[in-house]
Amino acid sequence: MKIAKLALAAGLALVAGMASAEVKVGMITTLSGGGAGLGIDVRDGFMLAVKQSGRDDIKVVIEDDQRKPDIAVQLADKMIQSEKVDVLTGIIWSNLAMAVVPSVTAQGKFYLSPNAGPSALAGKGCHDNYFNVAWQNDNLHEAAGAYANSAGYKKSFLLAPNYPAGKDALTGYKRFFEGELASEVYTELGQTDYASEIAQIRASDADSVFFFLPGGMGISFLKQYADSGVGLPVVGPAFSFDQGILQAVGAAALGVVNTSQWNKDIDNPANAAFVESFQAEYGRLPSLYASQGFDTANLLISAVESADVSDADAFRAALEAANFDSVRGDFAFGPNHHPIQTIYAREVVEENGVFTNKIIGVALENHSDAYAGECKM
Amino acid sequence: MTTVLLVEQILNGLQFGIMLFLMAAGLTLVFGVMGLINLAHGSLYMIGAFAAAAVAAATGSFVLALAGAMAAAAMVGALVEYTVIRRLYARDHLDQVLATFALILIFSEGTRWIFGSFPLFLDIPSALAGPITLPGGIEYPRYRLVLIVIGLAIAAGLALFISRTRVGIQIRAGENDREMIAALGVDISRLYTLVFALGAALAGLAGALVGAIQSVQIGMGEPILILAFVVIVIGGIGSIRGALVGSLLVGLTDTLGGIFLPEAFKLFMEPAAATTVGSSLASMAIYILMAGVLIWRPTGLFGARA
Amino acid sequence: MSRESIVNAALFALLIAVPLGALATDEPFIITLATRAVILALAAVGLNIALGIGGLVSLGHAAYFGIGGYAMGILAFHAQSYTPLFEGPFVIEGTKLMPIIWLVAICGGALAAFVIGLLSLRTTGVYFIMITLAFGQMFYFFTISWPAYGGEDGLSIYVRNSFPGLNTLVPIQFYAVCFVLLCAVLWFNARLARAPFGLALNAARQVPHRVEAIGLDPVRLKLVALVISGAVTGLAGALFADLNRFVSPTMFSWQMSGELMVFIILGGTGRLFGPVAGAMLFVLLEYLLGGISDYWLAFLGALLLLVVLYGRGGLVGIFAGKARNHD
Repeated sequence: MKIAKLALAAGLALVAGMASAEVKVGMITTLSGGGAGLGIDVRDGFMLAVKQSGRDDIKVVIEDDQRKPDIAVQLADKMIQSEKVDVLTGIIWSNLAMAVVPSVTAQGKFYLSPNAGPSALAGKGCHDNYFNVAWQNDNLHEAAGAYANSAGYKKSFLLAPNYPAGKDALTGYKRFFEGELASEVYTELGQTDYASEIAQIRASDADSVFFFLPGGMGISFLKQYADSGVGLPVVGPAFSFDQGILQAVGAAALGVVNTSQWNKDIDNPANAAFVESFQAEYGRLPSLYASQGFDTANLLISAVESADVSDADAFRAALEAANFDSVRGDFAFGPNHHPIQTIYAREVVEENGVFTNKIIGVALENHSDAYAGECKM
Repeated sequence: MTTVLLVEQILNGLQFGIMLFLMAAGLTLVFGVMGLINLAHGSLYMIGAFAAAAVAAATGSFVLALAGAMAAAAMVGALVEYTVIRRLYARDHLDQVLATFALILIFSEGTRWIFGSFPLFLDIPSALAGPITLPGGIEYPRYRLVLIVIGLAIAAGLALFISRTRVGIQIRAGENDREMIAALGVDISRLYTLVFALGAALAGLAGALVGAIQSVQIGMGEPILILAFVVIVIGGIGSIRGALVGSLLVGLTDTLGGIFLPEAFKLFMEPAAATTVGSSLASMAIYILMAGVLIWRPTGLFGARA
Repeated sequence: MSRESIVNAALFALLIAVPLGALATDEPFIITLATRAVILALAAVGLNIALGIGGLVSLGHAAYFGIGGYAMGILAFHAQSYTPLFEGPFVIEGTKLMPIIWLVAICGGALAAFVIGLLSLRTTGVYFIMITLAFGQMFYFFTISWPAYGGEDGLSIYVRNSFPGLNTLVPIQFYAVCFVLLCAVLWFNARLARAPFGLALNAARQVPHRVEAIGLDPVRLKLVALVISGAVTGLAGALFADLNRFVSPTMFSWQMSGELMVFIILGGTGRLFGPVAGAMLFVLLEYLLGGISDYWLAFLGALLLLVVLYGRGGLVGIFAGKARNHD
């Protein structure tokens, strides 16, 4: 069956290859500075899929945005004006996506988001050339709220940085959490010391803590929280528990529940092959971001196999069909081109001396997002 | 707000301030003695943290990690002083700002090249893990108390070193009259290297101590560098005493401002708007403090000269 | 014609030839890059009025740059969403007209520079560097945490603002607008340096007590220089936001202030065209080195270090020889 499918794909590729010139992809991602780990994972996942497809008609141009919006905009201009790309992808951060995506899609190019999913692009600002292959920003937080209900939490203490994605996170959690709120605290972006917030948690009468502190902020918080002896159960989205940073948190993260649409132990052949080949290729376990990069590339490949990118309507229809084997299992696009997918609850465990995640249950099944109704395309 | 919470927050502010002092002490010494603004001081903090993480991973000993952090930062500091910094003493501040800005770029990307793009692991020693109950029923992390003690001990040691030892006398003399102490036969370039390495070692130590409860990652030195500058400017550049007072002021303002400002605005605004306005103001609080101090006293609290 | 004038003329010619060449060979991105260089040059020329003539080492010029950017962002945001900017006894609407946006940006930059200057000119030396840095950081943290205009996400403007009689969406036309503005400001800068005000300011930098002795107030001279400087940098900020069709708090970051200084040093301090040469070189390096290595910032750092340590005159100095002695 698998072989037949592959042969069919190869055959289609041959036909498509004769019919059209190559597809040029522009990847703008963060490869230098403090946030480089995420961009490198997206790039590596994406390129692994392109390599495995064996297609030489997909050309990828990769550039580093340094996590600066103005550089990202400049690179997008370069890729469209100078490299003449057909499809753009790669941006990690919502603020960069907000700077780049509207003008890219307005110029008739396709954009496939491997990570950021700001609400403005899912609702009123949606566009028929914009596809999100990761999640709408609120999704994992909504799932955390749903998990908190099922775990029987009645009163949560909420913590996020004071910036738009932080506010979206708390909104997402509150949308699904049915209990009371002990307090909502906004911290400074990039804050490294959480002693004062932990003291507030200790003084509150909460029975659980929800936090969204991506990257280094989460590492700091978890280490300090574990050391404080407060001991209330913590739940959060996958961003602070990803493969890349979990080793830096160490034992402080053990047992913490976090929500994610992917994990390396999701049982399907595509995922097993992905985890194995990623490790073989790069010598490290794949992260959430790598899985998103891998899926993004496979979505693109599936569309290239069935449509010519110069025929925008046909290519868009091919993308909408999402006819690829996602490593997260079932995957479909909603009406606003954002995923409809299952989000899992994972627990941090130690396996052979390496800290990683294990799925403990489903948080939200076939979940869409709250903004799809506002999208008119 | 309960008294227990208030005391705990004050302790947090103190601890943050004392870590800032370790950074600020080196900066202010280097400025006081050599007249140099060193933006790359934050990179030495980062180097300390990375060295500590590497040593801890190899040996498992936190004490060795601290020693390694100080040694690595002091060595890099001495090397940079010898190759680059000493060419900058006679230059104006603009050149110093730019050259050390360039050093930040080199150190950050160099560290990333050696250690990779992901944060490293560094944990507190198990003997110091967990909370301790203070009189009055306040639970407080043991490690943070130890940080306060270490920081105060270093501040005291530094004061003794400057006031009692021969090198300390030379440093004070160097702050007052550079030409004169050179004329008196003190090897001024060796003294400069020594002061720079000492400042670097303190920064490296701060990086290692803080790295254990925070995230050891590229760019970790820059936010704290700016805070350390705020500290020495408030305290008066060149003054160790000023650095200590400035550190504690900044530490307490930052910690308490984040809690009290949103609460204060809730007295006359609706809660959601109060949180927004309060947190916005809190994030600017230390800069407002600094601007206020400078407008009141243009050379800082303990500064003698501009 | 001095050697410096020849270098200046060459740079000027380059700024005309490169975009025209790119137009002829259909390489619109080169025009975009050139536009970026011209706008950054304009911002650095603004800083150079305070720094070069007045000796004011401001590490907070990102504040004026960002204010210009947000002037554009806020006006255009209200215009594109058809919501009034201010309602009360009278209504202020947003606008997408560049001349009005520029005027607001210039006034905003000047006003901010006036207030910041009034407070920070009480200090000198390192304290001045640090207090300007503090004001820059205040704006940075304020825009990140203030939700009304996008916070850290910034504001996206879908279509570039318009200028009567031009189609600014065509890269070369927008370039022409920026280029003309740069030329106007450079001309103004050259006049200013030779005018009585410029001479007095130069003197106030070198021997403040003598300026005071002849009845001028050095602090007032410096304040005026800072206000002009802030206005020019504010204008550049509005253009920069228009180039990217986007504005965000990163325009306020202290690295931005640092980069503006880097342009001046790379190009050559105390030179009229120094910031222009520096910005052109920086954009070129960013473009070339970025493609070579993930660690390109380290190479940029090394180059900058070499220029500061050994290449005292910067790019202009290399070609034009030592600066004329002003003392």
